[in-house]
Amino acid sequence: MSWTSELWPIVALSLQVSATAVLLSTLVGVPFGAWLGLTRTWVRGPLSALVYTGMGLPPVVVGLLVYLLVSRSGPLGPLGWLFTPKAMIVAQVILALPFVTGITMSAVASVPVELFAQVRSLGASKWQTRWAIVREARLGVFLAVAAAFGRSISEVGAVLMVGGNIQNQTRVLTTAIMLETSAGRFGLALALGGWLLAFALAVNLVIVRLQGRPVS
Amino acid sequence: MSDAPLYRLEAVSKSHAGRDVLRVDRMDLRKGELTCLLGPTGAGKSTLLRILAGVETPTAGSLEYLGQSFGDQELPLNVRRRITLVFQRPLLLAGTVRDNVEFGLRLRGLGRRHRRAEAILDRLGLNGLASRAARTLSGGETQLVALARALVVEPEVLLLDEPTANLDPARVALVESVVAEVHRQRGTTVIVATHNLFQAHRVARRVILLLDGRLIEDAPTEQFFNAPRDPRTAAFVRGEMVY
Repeated sequence: MSWTSELWPIVALSLQVSATAVLLSTLVGVPFGAWLGLTRTWVRGPLSALVYTGMGLPPVVVGLLVYLLVSRSGPLGPLGWLFTPKAMIVAQVILALPFVTGITMSAVASVPVELFAQVRSLGASKWQTRWAIVREARLGVFLAVAAAFGRSISEVGAVLMVGGNIQNQTRVLTTAIMLETSAGRFGLALALGGWLLAFALAVNLVIVRLQGRPVS
Repeated sequence: MSDAPLYRLEAVSKSHAGRDVLRVDRMDLRKGELTCLLGPTGAGKSTLLRILAGVETPTAGSLEYLGQSFGDQELPLNVRRRITLVFQRPLLLAGTVRDNVEFGLRLRGLGRRHRRAEAILDRLGLNGLASRAARTLSGGETQLVALARALVVEPEVLLLDEPTANLDPARVALVESVVAEVHRQRGTTVIVATHNLFQAHRVARRVILLLDGRLIEDAPTEQFFNAPRDPRTAAFVRGEMVY
């Protein structure tokens, strides 16, 4: 079997796992981050601290926790998720969610407070005002999603621990690079690395484009 | 026109950081009038407009709108939607000028948005800017777009906070004529906060003087300028420092 035939399943699974994790993180993290950015209650401080702490979570610690969670004797053991893409997605959601939440929160919180009053003065209800403010922060929300995807696609520790790097089942770009390098198959490792870099570059191009775009 | 006041304020006060910025014992604002709130910077004009618009609540006192008392509570949405306020330093939303002008129409679920927006932009000489990114406009253009988005929903009450502060004389005249036209043709109640005596004299039928958050004088324009009751009003009209 040529190394190119090994490459495509790995690339496809990497994209599938990371995209699913980012999608789930976005569905939860954007509304939660927007609420945190908008709320003026006392819980904002402690929850913000938790979210920022989550942004610095070591992937191997997340891998360990998810491993314990989905291992045969863990609370989610009966689901049989250990060494499957589902466990990898769970680990990546835990890693990506604080990024989506934290960056969304910062973006929403940075919208000028005066805009709330101006939007309300045009006849917006409470929910219409909130939606308008989140729309104002949409570049930041896009950045949050792009940053989370970058973190997910390039993550290795957690997916290796809970996925097991099983060929054609749980092998993704990062874990495959580790394996091929240790086996001395540098051609395939470099090809995989090229794909990983290409994805990282694509994500960063999106980020740079969004950052450089006038807020029009 | 009804004799019942549009707004009635009784013992309304507003404090920021423990300091009273507004303390009005009683004030009636009648429907269909064009009133100017005069006073120097810090007199409480903007705070009063924000309370009248329902974007701020009084710290204490009672606010009535068309006989319905809201105390120091928020004005309900159905009342707020009859009122628009153009802020002294308007902030436009991301998007085009047209998006901004149509914003209030979208909030109310009103139709023919494009045509309504075009009409008001045309009236304010902004039709060439409809597709421009709103945040690339000059200060004067921003102020006109803010006026357009407030007028397009055809409010019963139009509140203007220093609406011509960033405008050249030609555009000041344009804004004053548009506001007068809206007031005359639709019977819109207009309340303009300004520190410009000449503007108040030109546009208002009634003038209210605020100093240090207190109502000093409330009189028809001619009386206000020619025979004020309060010596502080007379001094203010003469351009003397009164505080």
